[in-house]
Amino acid sequence: MRASATNVMANDEPADHVRAMVDTIYRADSRRVLATLIRLLGDFDIAEEALHDAFTAAVERWPQDGVPANPRAWLVSTGRFKAIDGIRRRARFDASLARLAERLDAESIDPAALDDDGVEDDRLRLIFTCCHPALPPDAQIALTLREVCGLTTEEIAHAFLAAPPTVAQRIVRAKSKIRDAGIPYQMPSRADFPDRLDTVLRVVYLVFNEGYSASSGASLTRHDLSAEAIRLGRLLVELLPEPEAIGLLALMLLHESRRAARTSPTGELILLDDQDRSRWNRQMIAEGSALVERALSSRRFGPYTLQAAVAAVHAEAASPAVTDWAQIVGLYDVLLRADPSPVVELNRAAAMAMRDGPAAGLALIDAILARGDLEDYHLVHSARADLCRRLGRMAEARASYERALVLTRQEPERRFLERRLGELGAG
Amino acid sequence: MKYLCLIYDDEKKMGAMSKNEMDAFMGEYFSFTDGIRKSGHYLGGEALQPIQTATTVRIRNGKLSSTDGPFAETKEQLGGFYLIEARDLNDAIQVAARIPSARTGSVEVRPIMVFDQQ
Repeated sequence: MRASATNVMANDEPADHVRAMVDTIYRADSRRVLATLIRLLGDFDIAEEALHDAFTAAVERWPQDGVPANPRAWLVSTGRFKAIDGIRRRARFDASLARLAERLDAESIDPAALDDDGVEDDRLRLIFTCCHPALPPDAQIALTLREVCGLTTEEIAHAFLAAPPTVAQRIVRAKSKIRDAGIPYQMPSRADFPDRLDTVLRVVYLVFNEGYSASSGASLTRHDLSAEAIRLGRLLVELLPEPEAIGLLALMLLHESRRAARTSPTGELILLDDQDRSRWNRQMIAEGSALVERALSSRRFGPYTLQAAVAAVHAEAASPAVTDWAQIVGLYDVLLRADPSPVVELNRAAAMAMRDGPAAGLALIDAILARGDLEDYHLVHSARADLCRRLGRMAEARASYERALVLTRQEPERRFLERRLGELGAG
Repeated sequence: MKYLCLIYDDEKKMGAMSKNEMDAFMGEYFSFTDGIRKSGHYLGGEALQPIQTATTVRIRNGKLSSTDGPFAETKEQLGGFYLIEARDLNDAIQVAARIPSARTGSVEVRPIMVFDQQ
């Protein structure tokens, strides 16, 4: 529909300039617009189509009509309109669609609800819906990356070393389950909130870890996923400044701050103790440390905050020798109460070894293994090997390194373990 | 939306309960059923007799076979069900979580198939 020739207020901006603006708005706001459209239209696929149509319309109309004062609201309104229109057209062949169109049209839209406050909630709703516990965990991840972060199916597949059709099917099934089982597009109730937030944080951390240390394969880090996870973490903290969300963001930033120092130029693994601390990103450390303080001061913190606090203590130390190991052990004591898992016990044992000597740490690690825990976890064996080596118990060190080697699936870690074994052999 | 809540319990564990424990358990069930009638969730529900009373019926190659027992041996056995009306899955999960056997066994929540009327 062309703008009226008598509309003297029309802004005849050059199409290129408008196109550039649309691109900018797309990059900054398309996810927010999508989240609102999903709420209004009640369906992921219809909403995605509506989003596409809305931006297409923007490219066509804004050169003539001018860029609207509130672009997001315009896009939401236009997308919704076109979606209902499209459903009506298809309704000629499908009666149930006619009812859907009527219902969608009847729901009156408060223009203010298209504006900022409504949109903030919509992104939160979207994250919580994608991470609903009724969806399988790998589907939660794929759906979140697709709908909240805007990654393509190919990008997600590549990041997780899966085949694109597998990921596509996972996403399709998840959307079907949301529709068929009646998973509502809503924030969880007060009672459900803590558990549901846990699920969201777990998904974000899984994405981060997948990017931080690839679970198998040649390269140790996959940068893009970590950046995506941090972006998600920032969004969560912005919309929902819960202590554990703040703690998780801090943890991710502090881990990420060491990325440049973690691998050598040839892709070799460099342990924390051996890293060149001048290559640590001080800005991320400052931000992460401040977030840790903020989370700790709330007194409602949990495991993510405590792990972040440990990372902050490391980050403050100019060198391994001046690391405040006593404080780290203390933090692990608290963490163990909040999260009594064998992996936390292992990390605490490693810290104990630094504070009290290798024998103390070794005793704890042997206790874990004696219980039958972590037998297949490569890091417990490499930690044990290291402590044995420091105690001069070389035969045991060799045995543990060999066990770790059998269990590890990452190339850089394999090479590191082989190197250690080689060092044992010499002399 | 309608959902079926399928209630699974380990019959051996149930059988090992004392009379007092079982009475208390059934009391919880009566309260629960009462509650969901009042809240408007309840559409139907029954307890089933134990798994030894089960018979599985199949027709293969036109021939009827009735065999003793459930269709599959499982660690927990189907012991009853509720048919409920709920706003959405979250609502259904809230209801299912209050079924006493959710603490001792498992409750499967399945949406009822809706066929489009022409």
